[in-house]
Amino acid sequence: MMLEVRDLKTQFLIGGRTGTAVDGVSFSVDEGQTLGIVGESGSGKSITALSILRLLPRPFARNAGGEVLFRGVDLLKLNDKQMRRYRGHHISMVLQDPMTALNPVLTIGDQIEEAIRMHRKLPRAEVRRLAIEMLELLRVPAAARRLASYPHEFSGGMRQRVVGAIALACQPELLIADEPTTALDATVQDQYLRLLKRIQRDRSLAIIFITHDLAVVARMCDRVAVMYAGRVVERAPTAALFAQARHPYTQALLRSALPEIPDRNARLYSIEGAPPSIFQPRHGCPFAARCEHVMPRCREEAPPDIEMGQGHAASCWLLA
Amino acid sequence: MLMLILSRALQSCVALLVLSVVVFGLSRASGDPVELMVPVDATQEARDVLRHTLGLDRSLAEQYVTFLTGALSGDLGVSIRERRPALDLVFERLSNSAWLALTAMTVALTLAIPLAVAAAVWKGTLIDAFARYIAVLGQSMPTFFVGLVLIIVVSGRWGLLPAGGMESWQSYVLPSITLGWFVVAGMMRLLRSSLLEVLDSEFVKLARIKGVPERVVIWKHALRNALISVVTLGGVYFALLLSTAVIVETVFAWPGLGRLAYDAVRFRDFPVTQAVVLVTAVLVVTINLVVDFLYAWLDPRIRRSQSGGS
Repeated sequence: MMLEVRDLKTQFLIGGRTGTAVDGVSFSVDEGQTLGIVGESGSGKSITALSILRLLPRPFARNAGGEVLFRGVDLLKLNDKQMRRYRGHHISMVLQDPMTALNPVLTIGDQIEEAIRMHRKLPRAEVRRLAIEMLELLRVPAAARRLASYPHEFSGGMRQRVVGAIALACQPELLIADEPTTALDATVQDQYLRLLKRIQRDRSLAIIFITHDLAVVARMCDRVAVMYAGRVVERAPTAALFAQARHPYTQALLRSALPEIPDRNARLYSIEGAPPSIFQPRHGCPFAARCEHVMPRCREEAPPDIEMGQGHAASCWLLA
Repeated sequence: MLMLILSRALQSCVALLVLSVVVFGLSRASGDPVELMVPVDATQEARDVLRHTLGLDRSLAEQYVTFLTGALSGDLGVSIRERRPALDLVFERLSNSAWLALTAMTVALTLAIPLAVAAAVWKGTLIDAFARYIAVLGQSMPTFFVGLVLIIVVSGRWGLLPAGGMESWQSYVLPSITLGWFVVAGMMRLLRSSLLEVLDSEFVKLARIKGVPERVVIWKHALRNALISVVTLGGVYFALLLSTAVIVETVFAWPGLGRLAYDAVRFRDFPVTQAVVLVTAVLVVTINLVVDFLYAWLDPRIRRSQSGGS
């Protein structure tokens, strides 16, 4: 396995209260694979990503246990300098909002070249050539000329490609994509996803794709982990998840995302209630309060991870 | 960029024209200088003669036109008290004030920038509290007090630096610290808060994702963005230091513009008053112009939007 996350825990310390944002999350990705992480806002998806790169917002958030094994090395045990060698070089990330992800006062050439120079000692002209190559890879037109442009001279879709060029500049093995297409409109989103797939194929890049958009998951991901309240409640190959979701939360998610509409007066399905605050003490299953199939046991004891074969697992008492 | 320069220059000219009217009006409204110049028992005739030679018997409109055409050709009249061209007096003092303002600004920036960076990076810690304390202290203590304490301790007790005058570079140290410290608070607090905002931004996150060391993240990616908001305040403070350092100039016996203005007002030496105010105004307008260009240099987005969006 390229990346193996085991029992990862991340806590927030705000105003003297401790909240658990990521609560014992485990998953893995291998070369050329895409793992989707889905869940609603606040389920801990982005914090999981930042925990892997060790870029949690300081001083509030901190790692509280678990392992992040990248090719066998536990990233959580590295010092800052060692960790920096992994960022951008082995593991990289693209962010959600292309409008704010680029430094407004530096040219995009500066920003791409900096990413290359961080990890590779090369002559200036060579760095420049690589930067142009990256923009061409991301299909930014007139790449050589646009190195001197500033971010505000690009459209949103083009900016997201520039962010992609920066993230991929040092040919990382793993790319974490945190809702990279959420801020883009549908046609631009489609182009971007195609591009990402092609680059992945050419470079056997591993991708962790964080999203709340199940249509994107169906299109991009080999396997999916569904997160709820800081936990992975179900993980499965993508096809199996869509065909046969086992956790009530996943079922509800699918039903609200891909609704059956029998007639025009039918009400759209939505999951009642809201996820628990991370500062609430935890007893039992975090979804119990909103679950249609809740049983007394759900409120007292956290359900174990139940393997159902072919990499499909869910943590729910219904399956025990 | 050319359009930006032209339009801002035009705005500045209009501002100066309006100001010339105000200056002219106010100095005429402050009383009759003739009364101060002649002996108490002077005859009405003597007064009229003097008034005529000074051109004060003509209509205000006429006087204003004379004043303006003179001003445009660099003639702002002759000091009533010293009988020398008012502009010469101003320029003599101006360079003294400018050097003091410049050294004070340097003191302020060398203190404010590191303090703000330290306070932002170690937000909520003792370092943050200490940095803010230093800054607020400078602003809350009156400059005459800081100046006097420095004179008493550094010049008096330790005998290290001159207490006043302008003989050597050493004379600059104490007044610069006194003036500069006063400016630190505002600059440091503004820079700290804009740094905090920038450090929380997505592009700083992206820089960290690239593996950029924290030192470079702060000094290259964050500081340049944060400085944009401080440039305006810096310009305002610089103009302020240049023109209103009256108290500090008095405490340190500094022959600057502030003291010239004070004396001119006291003796109703209106050509000098006019000259001081006008020259100061030109300076303030010029500084603001420079600030605008600095802005455009720091922030590529302004360069573009102001030049017509092409």
